[in-house]
Order: sequence, then structure tokens, then C-alpha cells
Amino acid sequence: MNPIESKETYKTYVDKKSPPSTIVKNCFNAFWVGGLICTVGQVIFNICKERGFDAQMSSTIVSILLIGISAFLTGLNLFNKIGKFAGAGSLIPITGFANSIVSPAMEYKSEGYVMGVGGKMFTVAGPVLVFGISTAIIVGIIYLIFNTQSITLV
Amino acid sequence: MDIDWSMVFDWVTLLKCFLTGGIICIIGQILIDKTKLTPARILVIFVTTGAILGGLGIYKYLVDFAGSGATVPLTGFGYNLAKGTIEEVQQSGLIGAFTGGVKSAAGGIAAAVFFGYIASLISKPKMKKQ
Repeated sequence: MNPIESKETYKTYVDKKSPPSTIVKNCFNAFWVGGLICTVGQVIFNICKERGFDAQMSSTIVSILLIGISAFLTGLNLFNKIGKFAGAGSLIPITGFANSIVSPAMEYKSEGYVMGVGGKMFTVAGPVLVFGISTAIIVGIIYLIFNTQSITLV
Repeated sequence: MDIDWSMVFDWVTLLKCFLTGGIICIIGQILIDKTKLTPARILVIFVTTGAILGGLGIYKYLVDFAGSGATVPLTGFGYNLAKGTIEEVQQSGLIGAFTGGVKSAAGGIAAAVFFGYIASLISKPKMKKQ
């Protein structure tokens, strides 16, 4: 057998085989870690509900707690390990938002506490807030014009 | 104060929450693996999508179904912004479009800024390994 040919066959074989299996593994890890973080949130939410907070306040408390916990885990370099393992599982929940604030801030700590930490905190969170808040304002204006949420006609 | 723990650990609610949250994360993982998008862009996409779906009134059904499974992912952050905006617009008109969103997400944003800064201050400098 020609060695080059066999190398190429091997390459196509690897290309065919390896990406899907990594994706399946990544997706599985993302699924259960992400699901677990949401479930922790739900347990906190239920406890708040039982203690007499309304739904809006309870979900605010859930956000604050999850953000606080993941910010400090990032500060202690523990969150990166979870992130490497879980990928989107820890990125997509609100924990990823806190992580995206702390990690660049840590990196630029040497540039000082005002422009280094205070400025670089928003490298990733800045765009998220810009687009999130802008979209919400546009939604509000559209709602004002049409006075309806187009699909549900609420 | 007594807490009814059977309500807190209601298996049906927790299972729905786990499955929905997990599936949303799988969508994110597929975006990471299949496209060249950076995590920052994926976060932006998720928040924007959540705000649009919230504005259209679709995301509300997911929240009713899954609770925190839908509100804890960043799409829920976007939904929260849109929901607050719409509620405020109903009450106070145009000015509500500018006040409502941030008002309803205020807790999360303030916590992120505050805890983020404190955590960065106390963080250990990264060790160069390998």
C-alpha cells in the first residue's frame, strides 16, 4: 500500500471520526453542568418563594447569589477548571457573565485598580450590556408603537 | 420560620428546570464547536435572543414551564430586560422604555459589578504552569 495514500486515508478517517465524538462529549458535559447550575438556581428560588418573596424578587436573589459565587470562584482560579470541563455549561448560565467580568479584570490587575481592574472588567460584559439594554429599549419602543407583543397579542 | 422542604425539592419542577437549562447550554456548546464565534459574541447573541423572544412574548412560556431553567441562562437575562421594559412602558409610556429594563435587571447588574470588582481584587495572581 502507498504510504501517502494510507496517510490521507488516515487523515480523512480522523477528520470524519474525531469532531463529532468531541462535540457529543462536550455537549453532554455542557448539558449536565448547565442543568445542574439551573437546578441550584431553582432550589434557591423555591426557598425564597417559601420565605415569602415574590417571583421577581426571588429570581433577582438567585441572580445575585449565582453571580457572587461564580465571581469568587473565578477569583480563586477554580471557575476556569469548571469552564474547561463544561464549556458552554458554565458559560451560558449567568455564572458565565460573572466569569467574563472577573477574568479580564484579573489579567489586567497590574495596570492599576482604576483603569486596569475597573476598566477591563467590561471587555466582555460591556458588549453584553450594550446589546441587551439596547434591544430591550427597541422592544419597548416597538411595543409602544404597536401596543402589542406581536405574536401573543397580550 | 418553617420551610416546606417537599416544595423546595419538588422533583417535577427541578427535572423540567434541569432539562431546559441543559438544552439551552447544549445550543451554546454547538455554537462554540461548530462556528468560529468567540465566547463574548455567544454571550451577546444569547442575551439579544432572549430580549427579542421576551419582547415577542414567546420566552414567557418557557419561563412558565421551566422556571430557573429558563431564567438562569443568559437568555433569561435578556428576557428579564425586555419584560421589565414592557411592564414599565405600560405604566409610564416612552420613558419606561429607558427605565424599565435596567430597573428589573438592576440586582444582577449591580451584583456583577460589585462582586466582580471585589473578586478581582482578592484574586490570586495567575501562576504560569506548564
